[in-house]
Amino acid sequence: MKGKPLVNIVSAGMSKFGKHDGLLAREIFSQAASEAYSRCPKLEPKSDIKAMFIGHMGEAYEHQGHTGSAVADWAGLVGIPATRTEAACGSSGVALRSGIYAVLSGLADVVIVGGVEKMTHRTTAEVTEYLAMASDYPFEQWHGITFPGLFALMATAHMHAYGTTQEQMAQVAVKNHYHGSLNPKAHMQKEITLETVMTSRCVAWPLKLYDCSLITDGASCIILAKPELAAKYTDQPVQVVGSGQASDTIGLYERKSLTSLSATILAAKTAYEMADVRPEQISLAEVHDCFTFAELMAYEDLGLCKPGEGGKLVESGQTRLGGLIPINTSGGLKAKGHPVGATGTAQAYEVYLQLTNQAGKRQVKDAKIGLTHNVGGSGATAAVHIYRSSS
Amino acid sequence: MSANEPFTIEQFYKFIQQGKLLAGKCLKCGKIHLPPRPLCDNCYSKEFEWVTVSGKGKLITYTVINIAPQQFQDLTPYAVGIIQLENGLKIPGMIQGITQEQLKIGMPLLLDFGSCSTPQKWPQWPRYCFKPS
Repeated sequence: MKGKPLVNIVSAGMSKFGKHDGLLAREIFSQAASEAYSRCPKLEPKSDIKAMFIGHMGEAYEHQGHTGSAVADWAGLVGIPATRTEAACGSSGVALRSGIYAVLSGLADVVIVGGVEKMTHRTTAEVTEYLAMASDYPFEQWHGITFPGLFALMATAHMHAYGTTQEQMAQVAVKNHYHGSLNPKAHMQKEITLETVMTSRCVAWPLKLYDCSLITDGASCIILAKPELAAKYTDQPVQVVGSGQASDTIGLYERKSLTSLSATILAAKTAYEMADVRPEQISLAEVHDCFTFAELMAYEDLGLCKPGEGGKLVESGQTRLGGLIPINTSGGLKAKGHPVGATGTAQAYEVYLQLTNQAGKRQVKDAKIGLTHNVGGSGATAAVHIYRSSS
Repeated sequence: MSANEPFTIEQFYKFIQQGKLLAGKCLKCGKIHLPPRPLCDNCYSKEFEWVTVSGKGKLITYTVINIAPQQFQDLTPYAVGIIQLENGLKIPGMIQGITQEQLKIGMPLLLDFGSCSTPQKWPQWPRYCFKPS
């Protein structure tokens, strides 16, 4: 099935990303579901959708576990098998992968996959603690290593090995905030300067406040159908042609490399081979910029440049809208926001819009092939998906 | 120590409490696990012996945490790093007795048991740290 569609995306939805005071996660998700249903009037959700996979990271935020069924309930889908997938910030990238398993198994021909997180009602200290739960408890959390701390450890090693600079990292933030300014659903829609990033307060050296993604509320979903069925629902499906998921040691300290994510490299290899696509063929990508440094590392691990040259690639301007390969046209986790469980399918939502020519002011011209890259924790999970427009 | 002690993280920390840094060595393939594991991830053996590991190592990467969860807020800013021990294995931990300007990749550090304190509820793990040697 090399290069053939695994599944087709027939619809997609996303809530506004930002602060949703007074709403619960399931209520925010209902906004994403509603958009996906409205975009696809030929779909009868109650009878057509056969399964749901929902990415959600933390019970701690709302004192609410068992989110699969809770979300299915509020999306008007009671009765269907609803499964929560959890892989920290990679939860809905893994939900997407799970939806593909479901369709390819033949057990379900139409599946809704998505994710949600409600975070902003918690203090920064609480969110710092909850996010750290995705890292190794006995050796990382126990010794006061935070989530930004883990990526800072990798950034320090990368700076030492390759001469990557804090200014290069800051340029990722400037670029992604520019893209966010073009996305009406982004949490932050204002451009920022390099100086704003460089002078922001230190979170975990060398990472500063503006190197970090945002604490955000939001939900996203996409609806997948067996390729043969897609035409029944839409004349503009997007094909998912490659899917890779991989794991790594839970502790960062046990890994061979501190300057790349092995899980990303493995997942990307699987996805590229399945899709029969080479990195230079990608029109645009949404990559996991939980921290600015993580975007530079993603360029390298996804084969968009050589190891150590991520900083130079962002400096070249080629990853900005209008460049050779625009990265994070949605604003990324950095400006669109990072409601952790919702991020993976929000990346797929952006690629869906781009490949169906619905991305408005941030539309990439002649976009044919898209890629999403979703990471869980400090890289113990990665999911990479590759998409083709059907036109 | 005897072979009766389980090859668990709990036991690793019990040894730390006693001022000992010990790892589990697989009796079948020889792989040394730090922390110890009850199942060898290389050959799936469940037979191990405890081996003493030198607490001397060098710093391979570091950061200085400024924003911390509640329980660490009194300590900010504090340095943490990953240390490669003399036997090649890596272990993370706080680095104490040093300023941010003095931190340098490659610098020698020594595991310190002295500052260990044990909380009263689970997990009753002491906290080792690293200091300049």
